[in-house]
Amino acid sequence: MRLPLADMYNTPDERNLLDTMKQGVIGKPLDRPEGPLKVSGTATYSAEWKIDGFVEGVLVLAGIPQGTVKTIHRDPVLAMPGVLAVLADEAMVRRSVQGTAGKAPVQDVHTVDYFAQPVALVVAETFEQARDAALALKVDYDDAQVPVAFDPESPDAEVEQPSDEEPVVGGDLDQAMREAAFSIDVEYHTPGHASAAMEPHATIAYWEDDHLILRGSYQMLAYNVKEIADCLSMPAKKVRIIAPYVGGGFGSKLGITHEAVAAAIAAKALDRPVRVVMTRQQVFQTVMRRSETRQRVRLATDAAGKIIGLGHEAHVSNLPGEDFAEPVTQATEFLYGGENRLLKVEVARICRMTAGSVRAPGEAVGMQVLEAAMDELAEAVGIDPVELRKRNLPGKVPVEGTPYSSRMLVEALEQGAAQFGWDKRKPAPCQTREGDWWIGMGVASAARVNMLTLAEARVTLKADGTALVESDQTDIGTGTYAILGQIAGEMLGLPISQVKVVLGDTSLPPGAGSGGSFGAISTGSAVMRACEAIREKLAKHMESDADELEIRDGMASFDGRERSLVELLDGKDIAEVGSIKPGKTLKDFSQASYGAFFAEVAVHAFTGEVRVRRMTGAFGFGRVLNAKTARSQCLGGMVWGIGSALTEELAFDTRDGHLVNHDLAEYHVPVHADVPALEVILLEERDAAASPLQAKGVGELGICGAAGAIANAVRNACGVRVRSFPLTLDKVLPHLPDPFASAA
Amino acid sequence: MVSSTAMAVVNGVANPLPADPRRTLLEWLREDLGLTGTKKGCDHGQCGACTVLVEGRRINSCLSLAQLHDGDEIETIEAIGTPDKLAPLQRAFVTHDGFQCGYCTPGQICSAKALMQELADGWASAQTEDLTARPSPTPEELRERMSGNICRCGAYSNIIAALEEVIAADADHQGTVA
Amino acid sequence: MRPFALDHAASTAEALQFLDDGATAIAGGTNLVDLMKLQIATPERLVSLRRSGLGDIAQDGEGLRIGALVTNADCAADMQVRENWPLLAKAILAGASPQLRNRATTGGNLCQRTRCGYFYDTSQACNKRDPGSGCAAREGFNRIHAVLGTSDACIATYPGDMAVAMLALEAVVLTQGPSGEREIPIAQFHLPPGDDPARDNVLEAGELITAVRLPAPTGGVQIYRKVRDRASYAFALVSVAVDLTMNEGRIARCALAFGSLGTVPWRDPAVEQVLIGEAPSSALFAKAAEVLLKDAQGFGANDFKIPLAARALAATLNDATRTGKA
Repeated sequence: MRLPLADMYNTPDERNLLDTMKQGVIGKPLDRPEGPLKVSGTATYSAEWKIDGFVEGVLVLAGIPQGTVKTIHRDPVLAMPGVLAVLADEAMVRRSVQGTAGKAPVQDVHTVDYFAQPVALVVAETFEQARDAALALKVDYDDAQVPVAFDPESPDAEVEQPSDEEPVVGGDLDQAMREAAFSIDVEYHTPGHASAAMEPHATIAYWEDDHLILRGSYQMLAYNVKEIADCLSMPAKKVRIIAPYVGGGFGSKLGITHEAVAAAIAAKALDRPVRVVMTRQQVFQTVMRRSETRQRVRLATDAAGKIIGLGHEAHVSNLPGEDFAEPVTQATEFLYGGENRLLKVEVARICRMTAGSVRAPGEAVGMQVLEAAMDELAEAVGIDPVELRKRNLPGKVPVEGTPYSSRMLVEALEQGAAQFGWDKRKPAPCQTREGDWWIGMGVASAARVNMLTLAEARVTLKADGTALVESDQTDIGTGTYAILGQIAGEMLGLPISQVKVVLGDTSLPPGAGSGGSFGAISTGSAVMRACEAIREKLAKHMESDADELEIRDGMASFDGRERSLVELLDGKDIAEVGSIKPGKTLKDFSQASYGAFFAEVAVHAFTGEVRVRRMTGAFGFGRVLNAKTARSQCLGGMVWGIGSALTEELAFDTRDGHLVNHDLAEYHVPVHADVPALEVILLEERDAAASPLQAKGVGELGICGAAGAIANAVRNACGVRVRSFPLTLDKVLPHLPDPFASAA
Repeated sequence: MVSSTAMAVVNGVANPLPADPRRTLLEWLREDLGLTGTKKGCDHGQCGACTVLVEGRRINSCLSLAQLHDGDEIETIEAIGTPDKLAPLQRAFVTHDGFQCGYCTPGQICSAKALMQELADGWASAQTEDLTARPSPTPEELRERMSGNICRCGAYSNIIAALEEVIAADADHQGTVA
Repeated sequence: MRPFALDHAASTAEALQFLDDGATAIAGGTNLVDLMKLQIATPERLVSLRRSGLGDIAQDGEGLRIGALVTNADCAADMQVRENWPLLAKAILAGASPQLRNRATTGGNLCQRTRCGYFYDTSQACNKRDPGSGCAAREGFNRIHAVLGTSDACIATYPGDMAVAMLALEAVVLTQGPSGEREIPIAQFHLPPGDDPARDNVLEAGELITAVRLPAPTGGVQIYRKVRDRASYAFALVSVAVDLTMNEGRIARCALAFGSLGTVPWRDPAVEQVLIGEAPSSALFAKAAEVLLKDAQGFGANDFKIPLAARALAATLNDATRTGKA
């Protein structure tokens, strides 16, 4: 069967092409090709381009929570040394663009929507001058007269049903709860989170005639050019973004934000390149937060521990008018059985900075709560929590009836348990004490929806027998350079040293961008299809069928004949653009990556400090494209799980909605000492419904449920069940047993 | 005032210090000397991305005024090794995938290099049981000693693996491999 | 940062001259530069102490004299400190990061300012930063704030570790200033906020810390227990410094100091009196905690520090009295 090469992905591609190729590089744990640049400090990030004559802009933040700008006292600031401009343009943005929006967010900084919103940009010759001048700028406001809510639990907060998230309703949950042999009905809380990518948001903007060029740190360039263009009311084709290296994103760079638009406007106004780098505090205060959540979970089982009823209701928040509502129940829809169900999300309208995607929106906080609740259910039923999960995996998605494309959850639970030594866990809490520390173990499932999105890539097989892969796809640390090269190398029969990958430039074909764990499979599929088209042409040269053409190390063979690619190409390059569009497979199958986490923690018997001692994750996400970088993605997710479980929390002042802990000293992302040895098991899987690569997303899977395993381990260690993340010691302390009475 | 002869030696080359006393060592390295391998992650000593070696010791260059470095020898990531000639520590970071986005990486590597010297000098850490004994490079010791370098991608266990490999090789060969 | 002039003192005398002329001293700068970037500190003139000759550690009778410019790292690495005053080395090593300890100095660390989020945010009311503006922390998010020694004007903690150990070790802060030299027992160095929280310590205008003197080693069991959210690179929620000697199963001598519990490094002789002469027991530790915390007042988010301090004290005393598990 021949699939159309640039078509919607309507039918699972069962040919499993990558396994039939002969080069043997796909899946191998190869080093990242850009590694030597990154470890030597020679990879160039956005703020580091040597653009002649650029000047420095620093954003000015509002000192009120809501209102309008009355007067900007420009003159004293314009008189300061080196100051070139004070800009407060109607086109400057009040909020960050949501992922894949492709259009401008709320603009005009003369209105203040939340505390510390940018209201102006000060530009000066040097950074030091601009920073001083920005802090010196005095702005007068008319404070808002309308009462506004700063707290999602405030009775003043308007609560809405998000437009794009219909509740899932099946059967009668209340009745199932009444009739259940065992049930739990619990309320959990998770706090706001910050992406806190290590590279602060940065843009250098300059104009060449009426074309705008941005060296900017963004995740999804094809969308970002449209967003900038819409902000500036100009055609997207006149905007170019160059971002070969992005210092982390985790959702915060999905859409463009304040600094990009401000830099573009300033560069136009001054007719000079302008660089705007947000301070770390500004990134925290203005870019994007993960919403805090309040979640009610109801679980009802029959006498055998089979779930008959499942409720998961979440209360989240965002600014008025924002479409995004943390999709907390996303994985709950398909993970466990129980036809009687109610899943819904409601959003409170409050004045804090924009809520949007932070690594694994939905599952990151939804799964950690669901998996903690599952542990409570296992206790109620009195069975092993691994067994409870295995007992409740439905054959088809409840209510919808959609089949699963592929699901390695049982394998993950079993292999993870074996490697971790789950059999040594004592089911009752407070059984193991080492010195002043209680020791315990916990488990959680991992699940994250899989998404395939629109993507294009160009592959050129050059006359010299090397290949060039090009796309505006970004590599935000995920390993895209490595895996796209491996896909092309495998398909074209070239050693990886003969494949060059060029990314992060919108003058190249539009890739999927980095977000939602879809970058690798979407842009990777486009690369694969471009290679298929090249193989068709090579097959013609070789007078063979493309399916039977074998290429390895630059030598093509068919039917006993062997010719080098250089010979076949005969001095001419072959360039093909491959593309993929999401199609029916997305609707016909429930697609997700799965896994399991096993954690061992120590809880201090006196102080309640929690430390993770070891952790194992087993994951099935379709084909592994590069075992080294995929493992690193899983490790990174688990580290986020540790942060989410134990330390990360955006602390807002509910009187004015300002973020109190807006720096890396007080917003506690994990440090080396918080992270023990982590084990990752990659399961062999092929999922043809997910993508022609038979791969699924992995970038976010490692966080989805991880914190639940840690919370469950805390319960097992010391008997304390904390229903509010993170499990800081103040929440553990009041419930600990007497440390002296219980001393070993 | 900075004297007109105030200089610091950066990666073996003497350079005049900047005129504006507000300029930090970090800004001077990145903006005036073009040594952008040293990163600005927080600008407040809270992340470690700006770590460089001054007189062989690691510091946060973001919190140090450049003019206070008159006469100092400064080493940045660019002098540790180049893409064509990586130092063993850098090579080990690549092999063990001790980074993802790469932004904290130069700071991690500078920090790791200084850490090895601190171990050689017998410095203790908060993890060291016996303050007066020679510290041994256990994973717990290495994690504590690297904790001034945040990696949001979460490459921590790979970084420690890279470091362990280089320290083991160093012990075998009795040479300076970092 | 506002523009400022930067001078380099070539001697202590020259440094004092600059200070007398209104300059602000800069040593490592790890706290001052941080504050200047945010314009929480806005000095017009700085004098660098780097060459002012205060960078030595020297024997001082049976004690030790640590120059004000000795870095935290060098102090913790000093073999005399490690052998005879391990509490100090442990407290220093529990603080900040290796990079910061390589730059932060003994004198500077004593003058470290609070980490209160309202002090650090110039959009918020703070009497310490902007006298008379009010205290937004009192009714705000005050999880890291003090429960002892607070006033209506301020509830911020002194956040450091080194000074807590020095307080238990009965160090003396040596200064020079316009009115000559002073020897200030460290217990008197930091000032509780009262109605003037802008003033963190007793240093007068133009006065410079030249050294810290540690008295003769006690030979006691010394433990610094820092309780914090992260396992490293985080300020304390509560810390306990103990220097204790046992004799025939009873506590013969005991010095206790607490960090991030009060507005200043906290020591209460009454707590030590409860313990001295007694055999260790959980009941005794609880009694000591009761005395320590009798006037403690929480402000909501930091209420937990009261039971936490009691439990951290019990854990530390339990360790220290069980031999010497130092």
